[in-house]
Amino acid sequence: MQLNDDPHSPGVRAATDWEYAPAPESAAIGRIRDRYQMFVGGQFVDGNGDDLETENPATAQALSLVSTASPKDVGTAVGHARDALDGSWSRLSGGQRGKYLFRIARGIAERARELAVVETLDNGKPIKESRDVDVPTAAAHFFYHAGWADKLAYAGSGPDPKALGVVGQVIPWNFPLLMAAWKIAPALAAGNTVVIKPAETTPLSILVLAEIIADAELPPGVVNIIPGDGTIGRALVEHPGIDKVAFTGSTEVGKQIQASLAGTGRRLTLELGGKAANIVFDDAPIDQAVEGIVNGIFFNQGHVCCAGSRLLVQESVAQEVIAKLLERISTLRLGDPMDKNTDIGAINSADQLARITSLTATGEQEGAVRWTSPCPVPDRGYFFPPTVFTSVSQSMRIAREEIFGPVLSVLTFRTPDEAIAKANNTPYGLSAGVWTEKGSRILGMAGALRAGVVWANTFNRFDPTAAFGGYKESGFGREGGRSGLAAYLATDDEGAF
Amino acid sequence: MSTAPAQRRATTAALPARLADAARDESSIRGFLHGLPGVDPVGVESRAAALATRSIKAGSKLRAIDLAISMVDLTTLEGSDTPGKVRSLAAKARRPDPLYPEIPAVAAVCVYPDMAGVAAAQLVGSGVGVASVATAFPAGRSSLAVKIAETRLAIDSGATEVDMVIDRGAFLAGDYGKVFDEICAIKQECGTTRLKVILETGELGTYDNVRRASWLALLAGGDFIKTSTGKITPAATLPVVHVMLQAVHDWHGITGQRRAVKPAGGIRNTKDALRYLVAVREVAGPEWLDPFLFRFGASSLLNDLLMQRRTQIEGHYSGPDYVTVD
Amino acid sequence: MSDDAAFAEIRLSVPKTYKLFIGGAFPRSESGRTYQVTDASGKFLANAARGSRKDARDAVSAARKAFGGWAAATAYNRGQVIYRIAEMMEGRRAQFIDLLDSTGEQHPAADVDHAIDRIVHYAGWTDKLAAVFGGANPVAGPFFSFSVPEPTGVVAAVAPQQDSLLGLVSVIAPIITCGNTVVVIAAQRLPLAAIALAEVLATSDLPGGVVNILTGDPAEMAPHLAAHGDVNALDLTGTDGELRTSLERAAAGTVKRVYAPTGPDFARTPGTARLRAFLETKTVWHPTGPVSLGGAGGY
Repeated sequence: MQLNDDPHSPGVRAATDWEYAPAPESAAIGRIRDRYQMFVGGQFVDGNGDDLETENPATAQALSLVSTASPKDVGTAVGHARDALDGSWSRLSGGQRGKYLFRIARGIAERARELAVVETLDNGKPIKESRDVDVPTAAAHFFYHAGWADKLAYAGSGPDPKALGVVGQVIPWNFPLLMAAWKIAPALAAGNTVVIKPAETTPLSILVLAEIIADAELPPGVVNIIPGDGTIGRALVEHPGIDKVAFTGSTEVGKQIQASLAGTGRRLTLELGGKAANIVFDDAPIDQAVEGIVNGIFFNQGHVCCAGSRLLVQESVAQEVIAKLLERISTLRLGDPMDKNTDIGAINSADQLARITSLTATGEQEGAVRWTSPCPVPDRGYFFPPTVFTSVSQSMRIAREEIFGPVLSVLTFRTPDEAIAKANNTPYGLSAGVWTEKGSRILGMAGALRAGVVWANTFNRFDPTAAFGGYKESGFGREGGRSGLAAYLATDDEGAF
Repeated sequence: MSTAPAQRRATTAALPARLADAARDESSIRGFLHGLPGVDPVGVESRAAALATRSIKAGSKLRAIDLAISMVDLTTLEGSDTPGKVRSLAAKARRPDPLYPEIPAVAAVCVYPDMAGVAAAQLVGSGVGVASVATAFPAGRSSLAVKIAETRLAIDSGATEVDMVIDRGAFLAGDYGKVFDEICAIKQECGTTRLKVILETGELGTYDNVRRASWLALLAGGDFIKTSTGKITPAATLPVVHVMLQAVHDWHGITGQRRAVKPAGGIRNTKDALRYLVAVREVAGPEWLDPFLFRFGASSLLNDLLMQRRTQIEGHYSGPDYVTVD
Repeated sequence: MSDDAAFAEIRLSVPKTYKLFIGGAFPRSESGRTYQVTDASGKFLANAARGSRKDARDAVSAARKAFGGWAAATAYNRGQVIYRIAEMMEGRRAQFIDLLDSTGEQHPAADVDHAIDRIVHYAGWTDKLAAVFGGANPVAGPFFSFSVPEPTGVVAAVAPQQDSLLGLVSVIAPIITCGNTVVVIAAQRLPLAAIALAEVLATSDLPGGVVNILTGDPAEMAPHLAAHGDVNALDLTGTDGELRTSLERAAAGTVKRVYAPTGPDFARTPGTARLRAFLETKTVWHPTGPVSLGGAGGY
């Protein structure tokens, strides 16, 4: 870098090459082991399934081996959960139960930096996100639900709510630790015991959580963690010893689960896909809207079920918004997820990268105009540069199907009615965004959008106190808040349960 | 103000039609400013906070410190200022750390008009500018004639840059034309001397007003938009400067001209300064990482930059006794 | 007088034609089919319309058309409309008792009273739902977040096969209280109370299409409702066994919400599960806090 000698003349020799030096977090903090075991019945044990190799998607190199469950191990884990339920757990007062959850919340906070590193190495998300979002929010979920354990009578599910029993949970790879917290914390607060299966590509952080759970001296069998592939997930949700199933993942698998549980009387909640509209009106705070659009689709590489993957921008400001947007996206830093200055990390797996690549190819075939960020892309690992499609119409696949990657489809509208019609014109209904400075329009749009979460003049905000979940094919049931707790409680209703 | 329309034409003649029209008359200025998109406070603050987590390490940090030093307008604006104080400050400006002569000089020394001559004499041939506040700094509560006369005094005394204050009372009363005409008049008086327009954002109350005042100052020909006098709290804050950096960025998009930004007041340590540089780079653009286009109005910041520079070079933390107090 | 008496005949009653209730109107089944309704001893009581797949489709269309207006009505207005149903039922209390008596139900008077009181119970719920199931979320950040319950949409229901009035009312009332619209298949063997209720609804203030009542064979119509892309939720109270399983499986095709209780006791005061089953929770976020550059969120 050269400095301009004369501050009083135009900066022809300006310091334009000032680049941030790499600021990598230390991988050693993650204390990644050569091999991890399942956590069943309070013990770390080998499963009877084949070991799976989990990769660091930023390098496409092996990270660790993980012991997996066999279908028989599923039964064993469910048995431990049942024993724990019938044994100590159901006899514990709510207050004592809550104290275990408080311990876990503290344990996560104490090992936050380690968990963030593990998450980033295993998942590929930027360290700044695992550090600032995933891990602290996971701790917050345990802390929030801990407090419910002795206050369930006030949870809105009737005066004397009861636990449902043994809960089978299957979680995705996009927020491995956070989804574990979303699932385990309310289940335990309500007095259930848990068997949970992490995603095949991201089993590590939940197994560190298992250590925290063990250190918290949670009674054996209350939480059982069984890594494995989809067949183990299926064996878990279809196991007759399970009283309630909670699933977060694709709509396709969610439908299979719902069908497989038909007639069993088992309770089910589903948190599935989305194709959220992010709607920008001409009176929006444009610069913050641009930030919100960026955050909406590029947060976590777009591996977010509630991602704002469809930008609906009012025609009268479309040119300005799109110009600012592309300029802003060009400044996003793609690369080593462990670098604290990385904005966009790695795509979680080769499979997902292939899916994103193939779906975006259809965008061009169908006539949309593709723009790709000029950012440098690492030559190893799974990366996909931020991509924006303009001239998109509702009928194109990129406007209808969940891409689950850093790909934004831009559509325009002329009137609020058209915005509502286009936003709701999808089988999904998880989230939506609205950008306008007119208060009545914010509330009117919030009411008109058929989506479980509406972010107005912000996007992608999550909190354990605020219910999250979908309308329509985005699933049913909520996570967070009182309605999230209700998903894990039986209520005495007409003697129905 | 019979000359105002003529000044308007002179100032805005070269601008693209959209901006020239905006400055046509009182009502068009109002329409333009009120037509600017709003600023969502939480959004801009969270963006500023997110950028503040950028990690600046190693060689990048050292270069950033040198860059920041070169951007400092080393300031003393006290009733107790004496020629001795100003001379001492000017010496520091020329050579900030006697042990490390390779350290760049600061951009300018910033003083009251009656001290501009003292500073100028000390800085001859140094490349360090003399910035003088003017226009009844800091409150700006005087007649236009007095403000013009004070500007003239500063320039005649050797100021190479003039830091004026806007009439916040007029701005808050919605009398944008008055503010605009005053800036035009001072700019005309400045001629080629660069004009910094102090918005005193701490008195404007909202980000929307900061954005409007920024555009108003740019329209009226201000070379710099500057946050604060340093006499009001809050002075410069990251999100306020974000809004101003966005304004000069957008101004460049329309006009092709690069205007400058100067946060002043409250920037005391290296960490803060680096956060501003990150904001400059990512909001305005890398081209603004240049003392011609970005300054820090500060006094104690310089010594912290020097200490941190020593820490980088010497490999251990430095202490206040190892940098000069001037 | 005596001459008249000589010519007097026994007056024939005018029996009612029982039809479907769709979109506020009383059409026959488009299929033209009917089936015989008898009392407990097998004596003919009436012909009821035997609804078809297309009748179910028409009912869903009517329910969808009515949904926007009903969902958007104020909670107070919905409460008044539902309360008005109770008023109208009270006026025809004796008729309902006779009807239940004729079909051999066990406790006609108690059932009718319970049914009316159930409507009153739910009428009072409309403007409590948002407060009881929603509220402000104290999120950790500069945002105001609140959650509100919203109606799911169009609900298809199979009414209990017994308790032809109380069971039906217990199913319908919570669904519409939430702002949903409903297509309900009445008890197959005991459809007359349902059509009598439809006549009450038609003359109350309930907008057409909010409640649509089909009579006929649930096993014939319900699968089409369960698979229908414009139905948002199912209430399978009146099903069991293989039919229930197949309907739940069909519901998975569009991720419908399914409420399928076992052994409900309609004589008990209802809890809230039926309400919650057909409410979505919507969470809304907006920035709040700093109104000035001083930061610190001072107002």
